[in-house]
This record gives sequence, structure tokens and C-alpha cells, in this order.
Amino acid sequence: MEFINDLSIYFGRINHWVTIFLIVSGLYIIITNSNMIKKLIGLSIFQTSVYLLYVSPGKIIGGTAPIISPQFEVYSNPLPHVLILTAIVVGVATLSLGLALVVRIKEEFGSIDEEAILMNSFEDQE
Amino acid sequence: MFDQWPSLVVAVPLIAAGICAIIRYEFFCWLVSIITSLVSLSGSIFLYLTVKASGDISYKLGGWAPPVGIEYRVDIFACYLLILISLVAIAVLIYGRKLINKEIASHLRGWFYSMYLLCMCGLMGIVITGDAFNAFVFMEISSLSMYTLIALGRDKRALLASYQYLILGTLGATMYVIGVGLLFNVTGTLNLIDLSIKIQPILDTPVIKVAMSFIFAGLSIKIALFPLHFWLPNAYAFAPSVVTTFLAATATKVSIYLLMRYFYTVFGFSFGMSSELIIGIILSCSILAIFVGSFSAIFENNLKRLLAFSSVAQIGYITLGIAIANNAGLTGSMVHIFNHALMKASLFMILGAIAFQIHKDQLTLTDLSGLGKQMPFSMAAMTIAGLSLLGVPGTVGFVTKWYLIQGAMQNGWWWLVVLILVSSLLVLIYLGKIIETVYFKPASNTGIEMNELPGSTFIIILLAVSSCIYLGFDTSLTLGIAEEAVNALVPEG
Repeated sequence: MEFINDLSIYFGRINHWVTIFLIVSGLYIIITNSNMIKKLIGLSIFQTSVYLLYVSPGKIIGGTAPIISPQFEVYSNPLPHVLILTAIVVGVATLSLGLALVVRIKEEFGSIDEEAILMNSFEDQE
Repeated sequence: MFDQWPSLVVAVPLIAAGICAIIRYEFFCWLVSIITSLVSLSGSIFLYLTVKASGDISYKLGGWAPPVGIEYRVDIFACYLLILISLVAIAVLIYGRKLINKEIASHLRGWFYSMYLLCMCGLMGIVITGDAFNAFVFMEISSLSMYTLIALGRDKRALLASYQYLILGTLGATMYVIGVGLLFNVTGTLNLIDLSIKIQPILDTPVIKVAMSFIFAGLSIKIALFPLHFWLPNAYAFAPSVVTTFLAATATKVSIYLLMRYFYTVFGFSFGMSSELIIGIILSCSILAIFVGSFSAIFENNLKRLLAFSSVAQIGYITLGIAIANNAGLTGSMVHIFNHALMKASLFMILGAIAFQIHKDQLTLTDLSGLGKQMPFSMAAMTIAGLSLLGVPGTVGFVTKWYLIQGAMQNGWWWLVVLILVSSLLVLIYLGKIIETVYFKPASNTGIEMNELPGSTFIIILLAVSSCIYLGFDTSLTLGIAEEAVNALVPEG
């Protein structure tokens, strides 16, 4: 019985496991890559984890879209969707600003490799 | 009309930012920004007087009652920060018009004012909102405009600094949202007051601990608390000097405000919790911040970076007050929010003025040599603001240290008293280096034609520096508000 309980932790909350996987892989990409575009991709994945964290508990099995109707009694929670709509907009804005900055960096430094640029601009300082 | 002030202090800068983005004529935008900040300032002062007379204001945005609708909640602590932000905003605008015109290309000036107002709107919003997710949205509004403002710096490394801040800042904000999401999943509410009631019975469960850790870690990046401060020195150093002044005085303070809100209002921290693990973490981070920041400042040659590292150290003092966790300590950090804004803003303003006068972007220590004779006013002002940073009696810095030391003594932490005093000596080292170069080294750049500074710049610097001294003697104004803010935040305190 206990074994089954253990299993339910793994399979019953698969949304949380996927969230954790996305958080960790996003962070990993941000930390290990020095390519600025790839870093932004990592950042996007990291932000995506939040969308899942919010939206998945809002879905109630058997629930319908939250439009009041006499035929239905169980509705999904609409609030997380609204919140995440906002968060997606924020994510898009961040990503586009980040990409715009990378374009400007490429124009000024001639490279999008963070370590190479840091090395060069450090020499400038000397 | 007056009932609508809580939303107006945020909405007016937001609308004005849009107007500036459309018109983009420099003088018009500057005027709009000044008027907007004035409106926000008078609104904040009006809110403060109202709150003081008749208690906290709960403003229902769009008429939807909390906890379903978004609530704007104004108490003394919020008013304190609102006044600080709008005051700094207006001072920087009056101080900096000529500097902006010099440092920012003419076709970008309208956008600059637009971003400046958006940043101000975001910061005011974080302070005034009583909704966890709304705070995130405002945080991103302010952060995105801040990245843009930093990238406007003339040095090309500003772009890199902005990019690095974007990555770290977004990580921080996202971690904050993860924390809020966990809280939302277990309580079903986002209203901070409602949240604080609903998590009372489950305060010891792992979910709450994890949420608290995420919120703490996320906000620590925004605060630039010690191990997470790497974005700060470059961002401050390469941003235009006007932007640096505004950011140094407001941005990190607002994140500290949000952290205190969560600790004391939502998670129900109270005084005398110094044995908690999270308090221990804050304590060690603060002490390390003070020492690592000061040591880095000592070995730094670029003056803006030097002051930025000193900011890292000073942020350590503010969070130290949270870790001391008694009335005196928290009052110390509360009053240091204002005092540090005042001192750092003065120092950055003076640096900006000097850089403007001697036609240089990045000032190094040697640029200052012998300037004591050429610019007696600026240098005297810098010395006074610096002494205030050191905490000399009779300046605002002393008031903070006095309260922090008192708090440490009440806890019986004598070692902390020693550490605070030793850390002041470190400030003396980097400050002494600057003063020595200014007054005792032979002038290196004689014969340069100095730029004329407008009188408004001088007046603002003079006002800022003299209030460093005035508020050091007459502490009733700042300390009065700080004590009221502590009482509002921690009721039993």
C-alpha cells in the first residue's frame, strides 16, 4: 500500500515534475551557455515553467470552461489563466527586449559570445 | 477626486509615459515629467496625511472588492516609499536636464523620458499594490524600463551590463512568481492581507517554506543582496549618470520594501525571531555584503563602480536591520532606506556633475586629482556626502548606525557592534583615498576648459547635501516616519 502511495507522488503530480524539469533545465542553459541567444532561450524555458505551475492546478477534471450554464456544475478556475496570460505578455516583452539588446551588442562588439566579449572589454579597461 | 489618489499616483506617470512616447519633443517631455512627478509627490504626501489622520487606506481598483479584485493598500510604510520615489524622481529631473541632453542622443530623449516615467510608475505600483501578482507586473514594468535606461549609456559596455541585468533580473522576477504561484496553489488567493490570514494554519508546511525561499531568493537578486549582486556594479557604472542616480536611490529600496512586506505582513515574522534559519541567512549575507562590498570599493578605480560597490555594502546595512529583528534594528534599516537614498543620490549627482564639467564619461580616481581647488563647491559637497556615508556624528549616516548598533546591543550581539564599527573604517579607507586625491594631489588636468553647469544642478546638489547634515541633527522628520512605518509593519513592535 505504501508503495502505491509512493508511486502516486511520482505519477499523480506529473505536472509538478515537468515544472521542476523545466525550471532546472532553463537554469542549466542560462548558467552553462555563453551564447547570448541561447541564454535567452534558457530564460524563456525557465519562464515557461511558471505557466505550467499556475495553469495546471486550475484545471479541474470534468470541469468545463467557466461560463455559467445550467447544464454544468463543475468549472475550471479561470484566474490562473488570466494571470498567465499577463505573464506570457511579460515574457514576450522581456524576450524581445533581450533580443534587441543582443542585436545592439552584436553591432557594437561584433560577437554574441558573452565570455569573449567580457574578455575583450576587460582588456579595454586595463 | 481625492479618494482616487492611490490609483492616480500610479496612473498619472503611466499615461504621461505614453504622451512622452508620442510627442518626443525634448523640452515638452521634460516638462511633462516634472509635472507628473510633482503630481505624484503631492499625491503621496496627501496619502501620508490621510493615512496618518484616519488609518490605512484600502482602495478597490475598478470597484471590485478584495480579495477577488485587486486592492491598493496604503499604510505609512507605503507612503514613506512613495514620497521617497517621487521626491527622488523630481530632484533628478531638475538636476539632470542638461546632463541628459549631453549624454543621450537627441532622437532618443523623448523615449528616455517615457522610460523614466514608466520606471517610476512601476516602482510606485510595487509599493502601493496589495496584490502579489500585481506586484510582479509592476516589477516587470519597472525592470524592463530600467534595462532600457541602462542600455542608453554612452559606453558600449552599458549594453552588456543591461543584458546581464536583464537575465538576472528576469530570473529573480520569475522566482518571485514561482513563490507566489505556490502560495496561490495552497491558499487560492493573491491578496496579501487575505494571504496572511489563510496561511496562518499551514505556516509550518513545506510548501510555505519553499514559497518563502523562492520569494526571498528572487527578491534578493532584485535587491542585489551579497552573493547575488553581480549585475549591480556594471549596471550603475555604465548607465547614464542621471539613470544611475535614480536607480541607486530607488530601485533596490523598493525590492527591500517588498521583501519586508512579505516577511512581516504575509509570513507573520515578529521581533525576536533571530533563531530562524532564514534570519540567519540574511544576517550572514548582510555582513558579507558589507565587507565584500567595502573591500571591492577599496580596490576599485572607476569612481562610479566604487560607489556601486559601496551601495552593495550599504544594502547590507539595510538588510542587517531585518536580521537584528528588534524594534531598534528595524527602525535603523527603515531610516537607512531614506538616508542611503539621500547620500548615494548626492554622491552620484556630484559625480555626474564633475563628469559633465571635465568632459569625461567614466571618471577614474586620477581624474579627480587636484580638483579641490578648481571645483571647491562640488568637492566640498562630495566630502560631506562621503562623511555621511561613513557615519560621522551630525550626518544622516550616523543616525542609521546608531540605531543598528542599539539593536545589536539589545540582542546582546557585541560581535556585531564591533563588525559595524570595523566596517565604518573600511568606508574611511576608500573615502580617504578620494579625499586625498582631491585635495592633496597636484592637479593633472589643468588647462581643460570646464563646462558650465546650470544653476538648477547646483541648487539640487546643495539641497541634497545640506539635508544630509540637517536630517542628521534634526532626526524627527525621517525617524518619525520610520518609526511609524515600523509600527505599521509589525503591529506588536
